[in-house]
Amino acid sequence: MDLFEYQARDLFEKHGVPVLAGIVATTPEEAKAAAEKIGGVTVVKAQVKVGGRGKAGGVKVAKSPEEAYEYAQQILGMDIKGHTVHRVMIAQGADIAEEYYFSVLLDRANRSYLAMCSVEGGMEIEQLAVERPDALARVDVNPAEGITEAKAREIVEQAKFDAETAEKVVPVLVKLGEVYAKEDATLVEVNPLVKTGGGEILALDGKVSLDDNAEFRHEDHAALADKTSADPLEEKAKENDLNYVKLDGEVGIIGNGAGLVMSTLDVVAYAGEKHGDVKPANFLDIGGGASAEVMAAGLDVILGDPQVKSVFVNVFGGITACDAVANGIVKALEILGDSATKPIVVRLDGNNVDEGRAILRKADHPLITTADTMDAGADKAAELAQSAK
Amino acid sequence: MSIFLNKDSKVIVQGITGGEGTKHTARMLAAGTQVMGGVNARKAGTTVSHKDQDGNPVELPVFGSVAEAMKETGANASIVFVPPAFCKDAVIEAIDAEIPLVVVITEGIPVQDSAEFWAHSRARTGADGKPKTRIIGPNCPGIISPEESLLGITPANITGKGKLGLVSKSGTLTYQMMYELRDLGFTTAIGIGGDPVIGTTHIDALEAFEADPETEAIVMIGEIGGDAEERAADFIKANVTKPVVGYVAGFTAPEGKTMGHAGAIVSGSSGTAQAKKEALEAAGVKVGKTPSETAQLMRDIFSGK
Repeated sequence: MDLFEYQARDLFEKHGVPVLAGIVATTPEEAKAAAEKIGGVTVVKAQVKVGGRGKAGGVKVAKSPEEAYEYAQQILGMDIKGHTVHRVMIAQGADIAEEYYFSVLLDRANRSYLAMCSVEGGMEIEQLAVERPDALARVDVNPAEGITEAKAREIVEQAKFDAETAEKVVPVLVKLGEVYAKEDATLVEVNPLVKTGGGEILALDGKVSLDDNAEFRHEDHAALADKTSADPLEEKAKENDLNYVKLDGEVGIIGNGAGLVMSTLDVVAYAGEKHGDVKPANFLDIGGGASAEVMAAGLDVILGDPQVKSVFVNVFGGITACDAVANGIVKALEILGDSATKPIVVRLDGNNVDEGRAILRKADHPLITTADTMDAGADKAAELAQSAK
Repeated sequence: MSIFLNKDSKVIVQGITGGEGTKHTARMLAAGTQVMGGVNARKAGTTVSHKDQDGNPVELPVFGSVAEAMKETGANASIVFVPPAFCKDAVIEAIDAEIPLVVVITEGIPVQDSAEFWAHSRARTGADGKPKTRIIGPNCPGIISPEESLLGITPANITGKGKLGLVSKSGTLTYQMMYELRDLGFTTAIGIGGDPVIGTTHIDALEAFEADPETEAIVMIGEIGGDAEERAADFIKANVTKPVVGYVAGFTAPEGKTMGHAGAIVSGSSGTAQAKKEALEAAGVKVGKTPSETAQLMRDIFSGK
């Protein structure tokens, strides 16, 4: 889960990372009140989970609460790279002397953590990494140890901070390491990390990604989820604990196991090339245990997508055998009743496949067509989607 | 021969008394796996009732720790069904006991926990410079050497023994591919798991299959996200002489959306299926567009086409 800047700021504050005052606002009135509360010069910052908001006009310096009101009015509702701005953060203005960069993230390739740091912050870090790799220190962080003081010293040394600044940056990096470890983050990025005219180190902007798998030990993380931008079908799927991703096509997909479902999307897309270029409408993994209830919930979500013209159920019976899956499909259609109106192609293979197919034959449901192979099923579903288009 | 797991492997089950542990202990026994017992500190000293491959009742002892279970039974492999919140400690316990192989089935482990137990294993190396404990997973279907032993949740009856080795991130896609190629059969099939941090990698499996005299060709299944397939391609180019056929899932996956596996996410231009396919093909790997086409490419190799 990626956090908004204001949420990252709050987490930083919680762990003692130096930040400036910041208040989130969803209306110009709230923005004005926030600016009054903070006092002096403030910055009105669009809260979107995408880079480049400054260039898009999503960040403005306000000299007065009235200006904050005006800028909030401009920025709220703005579209930044396909993201609608629903909130702004009113942040205290800072007297910036120097800008640095720091991040710590999961390093998949090395199965470790990686800290990156530069005395040249502010700019696009990807650009810096390509153009002047020497200016970006990259330091491996042992997951069993995290960012200790010694590790933080190694980082600032490699980033070539001057001795005086380094002394001040080290404790901030240790605190940011704490945010990473204690909040189960996969990314903590500060750009810019600044030194003020008075020599103080501040995290002025933050990007944090949290590990969804760790939610069980962070009761407060669920509240950070952004409900406003999620697709309504994705939201409904989430309520039913379904692993669903909405895509832009006509063939609804249900399968078991992430890899097989991804593969099914591809096979349907290839089949679609021969059938009016129809495409997969979604990713939906019902997991190993495909019970009737889960199947019904899955079909319900997919059939609720007005773009869907046909459905392809592709299951390899492993732990849950094909007869159980077939019963699940039949019962699911009973549960859904008249709300199920689109043709469903079912391909079953694996454990107890003959029993499974027999159950579907016996049910003789008008919406169900069976297929013997994954390729044939994908082709049939694409054909049905094309003819219903 | 097989890799990492054979008929002589002696297995203990961490979490043997839980629901998943119970179900899969029964399946592993039915598949012929030598399950010696299990571990659950709170139920140490008790036994659990199961049936062996021939249907005869067996009482499996429950031990207080992995170390004790190894000492008492001579176990050299462990499988972990412990829930996510306790999984890190279970794996670290297995590593500290220096068990040669631990398969972590558990799904939904926080990635920092996986990174920690990996770091823990990496700090405990043997004379060959490699970790003393091989970790497979987490969030994986495990490993099967058909007709010899099953250390995982793969259905044991998809295919028999044969000449192919298979390594894959995905569970059901592994089953699908084993099913497609059941005419050729497998020495060993390993599901390494789709999480961002895993123990055994594609490269580890490729290296072992290359060294295994009975494995004649290798199927490698990848999926979007990360650069494991690209690195495997480099490894194949430099080190693998046996034919390798590849498949990559996720050509139609959009950027920035997680497709089930935590690791299956395309970020920017890296980790796309197309990039992986090209890297593999550049290493001489034949890559199929679909599982069935991939299986056909493998059959063509054996029929000399």
